[in-house]
Amino acid sequence: MNRQRMTMFSWGIAVAAVLLLVIYSCAPKAPAGRRAAAGVSDLAFAAQKTYVAPGDLDEYYLFSSGGHSGQVYVYGVPSMRHLATIPVYTPYPATGYGFDDESKAMLGGLTWGDVHHPSLSETKGDYDGRWLFVNDMNGRIARVELRDFKTRQILGPIPNVSGNHASAFVTPNTEYAMMASRFSIPIPKGTPAPIEKYATDYKGVVAAIKIDPQNGNMSLGWEILMPPFDYDLGDAGKLASDGWMFWTSYNTERATGQLEVTSAQRDRDYIAAINWREAEKAINAGQGDMIGGVKVLDPKKVPGVVYFLPCGKSPHGVDVSPDGKYIVGSGKLQGVTTVFNIEKIQTAIRNKDFTGDEDGIPVLKYESIKDAEVPVGLGPLHTQFGPDGYAYTSLFVDSAIAKWKLGTWEVVDKVPMSYSIGHLCAAEGDTVSPDGKWLIGLNKLSHGRHLSVGPSQPESSQLVDISEEKMKLVYDAFTEPEPHYAQMIKADKLHPIEVYPKAENHHPLAVWDVKDAGVSRQGDQVIAKVVAVRSTLWPTSITVKKGDTVKVAITNIEQTTDELHGFGLLDYNINIVVDPGETKTVTFKADKSGVFPYYCTNFCSALHQEMQGYLIVNVQ
Amino acid sequence: MSDSITVADRPRAATRGPRGRFHLLDASIGASPRVLLVVAALCLLPTYFFPLWNLTMFAPQYGDGLRLHIYSHELDGGNNGQDVREINVLNHYIGMHDLQAADFTEFKWMPFVIGALGLLFLRAAVYGQLAQALDVFVMSLYFALFSLWSFGYKLYRYGHDLAPTAAVKVAPFMPPMFGHKKLANFDVYSFPAAGSYALGAAVVLVMLAFVLGWRRARGSAVEA
Repeated sequence: MNRQRMTMFSWGIAVAAVLLLVIYSCAPKAPAGRRAAAGVSDLAFAAQKTYVAPGDLDEYYLFSSGGHSGQVYVYGVPSMRHLATIPVYTPYPATGYGFDDESKAMLGGLTWGDVHHPSLSETKGDYDGRWLFVNDMNGRIARVELRDFKTRQILGPIPNVSGNHASAFVTPNTEYAMMASRFSIPIPKGTPAPIEKYATDYKGVVAAIKIDPQNGNMSLGWEILMPPFDYDLGDAGKLASDGWMFWTSYNTERATGQLEVTSAQRDRDYIAAINWREAEKAINAGQGDMIGGVKVLDPKKVPGVVYFLPCGKSPHGVDVSPDGKYIVGSGKLQGVTTVFNIEKIQTAIRNKDFTGDEDGIPVLKYESIKDAEVPVGLGPLHTQFGPDGYAYTSLFVDSAIAKWKLGTWEVVDKVPMSYSIGHLCAAEGDTVSPDGKWLIGLNKLSHGRHLSVGPSQPESSQLVDISEEKMKLVYDAFTEPEPHYAQMIKADKLHPIEVYPKAENHHPLAVWDVKDAGVSRQGDQVIAKVVAVRSTLWPTSITVKKGDTVKVAITNIEQTTDELHGFGLLDYNINIVVDPGETKTVTFKADKSGVFPYYCTNFCSALHQEMQGYLIVNVQ
Repeated sequence: MSDSITVADRPRAATRGPRGRFHLLDASIGASPRVLLVVAALCLLPTYFFPLWNLTMFAPQYGDGLRLHIYSHELDGGNNGQDVREINVLNHYIGMHDLQAADFTEFKWMPFVIGALGLLFLRAAVYGQLAQALDVFVMSLYFALFSLWSFGYKLYRYGHDLAPTAAVKVAPFMPPMFGHKKLANFDVYSFPAAGSYALGAAVVLVMLAFVLGWRRARGSAVEA
């Protein structure tokens, strides 16, 4: 090879390399991952907005449903710190819930529940910070006392209601907590009917649970018989629509089998509008039939109580605007959310502007009652509100939140969610006076936006700042499974106690002096009155006979905040935690002889390790 | 009213008293000192409503402090009295006696003595002679000093009579009476409170009444 050829060859290679580079850079390529890029806000802004310095307090409480964990989780907003777990339908050894006699009786033998929709009590349509009601799919409803963040009542299973998903939704003055069947069945419960008779013999049920305005005690109110649709979610009317209750329903096809296909055939399903004040009047007038131990109204026989509003395909959420004027129904298989006007609904009812009926329940004419179809995006589910006439709708399919204006129906902003948002929760965003400021997207998938923890991935709740025109994602939190709906209440509305005052303890087995602690017997019934105080469990030994029924009543005589004491009894599956000033009992059969240590399980003091004793079970 | 001796009241100031001859102690103390004695009696009233002494204890776990309010008639704690219980719970680890009202005999006699002192102040104001002013000054001074000593002794005993079976052995100690002292993880602050200041004011007023009365009496004795 001569020199000239060498030069030519080198040039050739150089040109070829450049050409290859040009071709490579111009060729279509698979996009790089965009995971990290989804919804990033200015870091300094986000950090400043969400940072709550050590010792500082959050601005809001977030009560988040725990789904099939059966619990409610409490977070602080904006820090998104997990503050407490409130066990409701599931035993929780950390607080001894489900182990002591009282909470065990409340659980009624079930060890799980499925909590979807927390509902804070309201006065005049605004959160009053008294109670939190939560549903359980197993037909139950529970009340959490916000004075001490404890579950105080579980009511149910409620007769006739099957699959209590659409619950708990309170009316504006907490007159009722409402619930409805998601899975229609023949009623009363226990009645079999072939699946072929679904359309006629299966029934949906709406139940009104009465709330005692003084103490929040729940009792069975009345029910309404509904066609066999799947009732999904509800919201009570307020102000302009006070006295109404709205429910979404799907499978108005009354189909069975593979519902994902069979129930998605109609272009429109219904929102059921129930005039609960009229229903109440009918019940008070003695109408309704006793079914399963509760008065049930049949809308065929009592006209004026139930109407159907046609709504976009398979609606999931229905939400009433703060002034009560608009009812927003989101057809989850559509790209629009439908806004109905309460005045138009009432006019249509007056004018009998009906297009047909379902089992005698009038169906209102869609065109007459609708104000707008807002093109929010794909898969709209739920809507919350701000103080300034803006609405925020979650978009499951688009994985985003849309911000739009009531009245002009203009979509003004969108923020991506990571990923597949279900419910969303704005600060007091379903009340008559929403606060704005914060919006939380409760997402179904987190897809690795966190350190990997294996296949069982956490759910994510994302905090969005809505104080300005543009929504800004500011924080990713990985909330306990599985958040469905949550409610956010201004922290200064709650005034929880931190010890149970001694004066309020009227437990018949309470003892307040170590001198009164001890064991007494009547036949084979043994009662041990135990005093827990730093750092001894008095008495320090309890002797019984095999076969005795032993009731241990533990009084924590501390009156100091955070001085909890536990009572763990080894080999007997017992762990009670007693708060300061509280008395709890646990009853068990001493069916194993031997010596069993008991000890304080909840760390209390420098001599906590010494806080122990022995249960001695003698062979008879 | 003026503290200077006027011609008009000179004879009364020099009248002969029970001592059989003119004596300085029989001299009238004059109007202003008598008013001071009445004010001193009024100064005793707050001791029934305000604590005499406050002890405040801070530790990392007790950021708001544990508070002990010592009255002439009772022991009270911050946090609706709960702090007394808490202090006792903590003290039992080092074998200290429980702070309980039954152990304070002071609570029985102090309110009575203060009341009696007040009546004596008023009596002195009515008689208006130097002798009564001196009596009440000496008595109130004695009472104040005795109470201080008694309080200090009480603190000393609490810090020294430690149960030998205590879980945590500490060297006997003197809790602070004035100011700050570090005891284990606690910063303890001890200061007189409104009740003591009122009591102190009463003693000062009585002393003032005596001094003014004495100066006046001496003046009138010289004149005589």
